[in-house]
Amino acid sequence: MDIKALWRDIRFLKILAQVIFVLVLALAAGYLYFNVTNNLARQGLTMGYGFMKNPASFGIGESFIPYEPSNTYARALLVGLVNTLVISALGIVLTTVVGVLAGVARLSSNWLINKFAAAYVGVIRNTPLLLQLMFWYFGVIIQLPAVRQAIELPGPVFLTQRGVYMIWGEETSTFPAWRIFVLLALISIFVIWFILRSAQKRASVPLSPWWNLTYLLVPVLIIWIGFVFQPEPPLRASVPELTGLNFRGGLRLTPEFAALLFGLVVYTGAFIAEIVRAGIQAVSRGQVEAARSLGLTTGQTLRLVVFPQALRIMVPPVTSQYLNLAKNSSLAIAIGFPDLFSVAGTVFNQTGAAIEIITIMMLSYLSISLFTSILMNIYNTRIQLVER
Amino acid sequence: MRKMMFPLFSLVVLASLVLAACGTPVAATPITVEVTRIVTSEAPAATEAPAATEPPAAGEATPTTAAAEAPAPVAGGERLQAIMDRGQVICGVHGTFQGFGFVESDGSWTGFDVDFCRAWAAALFNDANAVEFRGLSAQERFTALQSGEVDVLARNSTWTWSRDVELGLTFGPVTFYDGQAIMAKRDIVDDPAAGLAALEGANVCVQSGTTTELNLADQFRAAGVTYTPVVFEDQNAAFQAYDEGRCDAITSDRSQLATQGQAVLQNFEDHVILDVVMSKEPLAPAVAQGDDKWADVVHWVVYGMFQAEELGITSANVDEFLTSEDPVVRRLLGVEGELGAMLGLSNDFIYRVIKLVGNYGEVYERNLAVFNLARGQNELWTNGGLLYAPPFR
Repeated sequence: MDIKALWRDIRFLKILAQVIFVLVLALAAGYLYFNVTNNLARQGLTMGYGFMKNPASFGIGESFIPYEPSNTYARALLVGLVNTLVISALGIVLTTVVGVLAGVARLSSNWLINKFAAAYVGVIRNTPLLLQLMFWYFGVIIQLPAVRQAIELPGPVFLTQRGVYMIWGEETSTFPAWRIFVLLALISIFVIWFILRSAQKRASVPLSPWWNLTYLLVPVLIIWIGFVFQPEPPLRASVPELTGLNFRGGLRLTPEFAALLFGLVVYTGAFIAEIVRAGIQAVSRGQVEAARSLGLTTGQTLRLVVFPQALRIMVPPVTSQYLNLAKNSSLAIAIGFPDLFSVAGTVFNQTGAAIEIITIMMLSYLSISLFTSILMNIYNTRIQLVER
Repeated sequence: MRKMMFPLFSLVVLASLVLAACGTPVAATPITVEVTRIVTSEAPAATEAPAATEPPAAGEATPTTAAAEAPAPVAGGERLQAIMDRGQVICGVHGTFQGFGFVESDGSWTGFDVDFCRAWAAALFNDANAVEFRGLSAQERFTALQSGEVDVLARNSTWTWSRDVELGLTFGPVTFYDGQAIMAKRDIVDDPAAGLAALEGANVCVQSGTTTELNLADQFRAAGVTYTPVVFEDQNAAFQAYDEGRCDAITSDRSQLATQGQAVLQNFEDHVILDVVMSKEPLAPAVAQGDDKWADVVHWVVYGMFQAEELGITSANVDEFLTSEDPVVRRLLGVEGELGAMLGLSNDFIYRVIKLVGNYGEVYERNLAVFNLARGQNELWTNGGLLYAPPFR
């Protein structure tokens, strides 16, 4: 093969184009890198993550892991990351529930439910999220009564502008032993699943749906046994009590957390509702008619015929809504919730380590998003139609 | 093959970022693109705008701004001459801080700092309006001064070591002794003299991106008091949340708590600003290093305003003092002696300042009395404050 032929070889040209593309990218990246290091050197600044070991010296309003101002910057960033993860995980679960309910309601033949769902989707989808967060926080949550005039609900649960206080379990000395029982209870769910599945294979008719109750009863029984047969109950009730300026004890959801979670769930739920509605409507009408003529009830039609097919259409767009929710949680800074973005902003301001902090933030959000998409892709593959 | 492109692309980008973060700086030829460090700190941030500290290399053209009349940086006494030739002082101020530097709805400038700009103009040109105001952000202010875009900066800037030394500025006399303070609801703390201990367990609203956040943690830690910070990006959001009762207390500079508090809070009487001082924030005008004569003018005009208040000379009665027999008064107002001439100014430059702008007390009253901001440390030394002018001799 001579040179001329090589130039005319379409496969070679394709590869060449891609090699050039990668080279250009690498050059651009290299230029940026040297540019940054040169400029920093000119200013007598060095880059590196050494500052992460220094004490942070600033307080963080709420944290799911122990934190004090004397802890390191690394710990402070971890607190922010955990806050972001918690809000994203809770948000994804709750928004799925809200979205599916609203999506089904959109298709309801009940005029009130139908119009209500339509209004919800219409209003929420067409206003900016930041505005909604501001509304939930400044307009709703901190307008609740002050701590001393707290609304007391049975439980007791206290609704105040400082957050929601509720009864919570406090760990005692036997808590570690009890954790084993909780673990056992979780394992039992898988065991039941295995047993029921193999029983189903051997049976000629579908098992009674009542068997599904075992998923709930067996784990609860195990946890209860573990709770009772201990020298001392592993959890002690901690009731919120008004002392000084605030409530002490119990579990507290801060107004910022509540407003952010609520805002994100309501906002993303509206988008998921539309995806659910579209998914259901995409299932051909003939499928429903066939199911009805076989004598299935409305519930069975939805559960056994429509949803499994709609799910295949819904999963990819829903995944991107989940990713949006996780990324939108960075708007937390507007309403004072210390998420990763907010904490990183403070760290950056105190250390001046712009590039390092931004890299950490990018990698964190990237990892959260990639992890979510991997899980959703696995799920998507599982529910795809297996064609023979 | 096509599928490979995206992972590759993201890998390259990531790799470069990681490399950039871990690598050591390489000293090489300068490249023209600037790295901008985004520093959003409002209060003293030590290393703001270090890029601009570099002196222009010899032989290079000095940087000039687009406006033809804008001054170029000059050395040793030439700045003053340049201002005189221009017939106008270019003064860097805050544009949105009521009481200190604020553009009114009719476009006029008002404020404590603004009046000092007018005083310098009055001293130089016998015209308090020979000033061009430049509203500057916290990030721009020192760069504007270093690059010569403004002659003098009067923008509630804290005098700190690093700004004085590292940024190459000369700070004038302190015109306002400020400090970080904390404001609480009256039903929680009634007595301003109460210490931080009264705020045990309190929620404290604070603006992010300021040294305030750091001082807050340090002070509460030192006092052994537990608290919960609620951090907002925006000062107004912090005030709003505090007003609605989300926080028990809010922290910021004392002057800001008083002025903003009255502008934003529904009922300012229900709040108490505690006496406890959480940091020192001496606010002073600044000029670029390198022109001592201009710096002298800036300093002595301010001292003159202190001195006039001490002697009871106001814009209303200054003409009566012209006939005073007191040699101190006569020297200050330029009736005798050649003080002004030594600086290259008219001898009656302080007279002009007092006549056209007023003494320190008048400027304070005019701009800050509305906010009931007690003089405190900003009283004359004769009244137990810190304002003290060196003798005019």
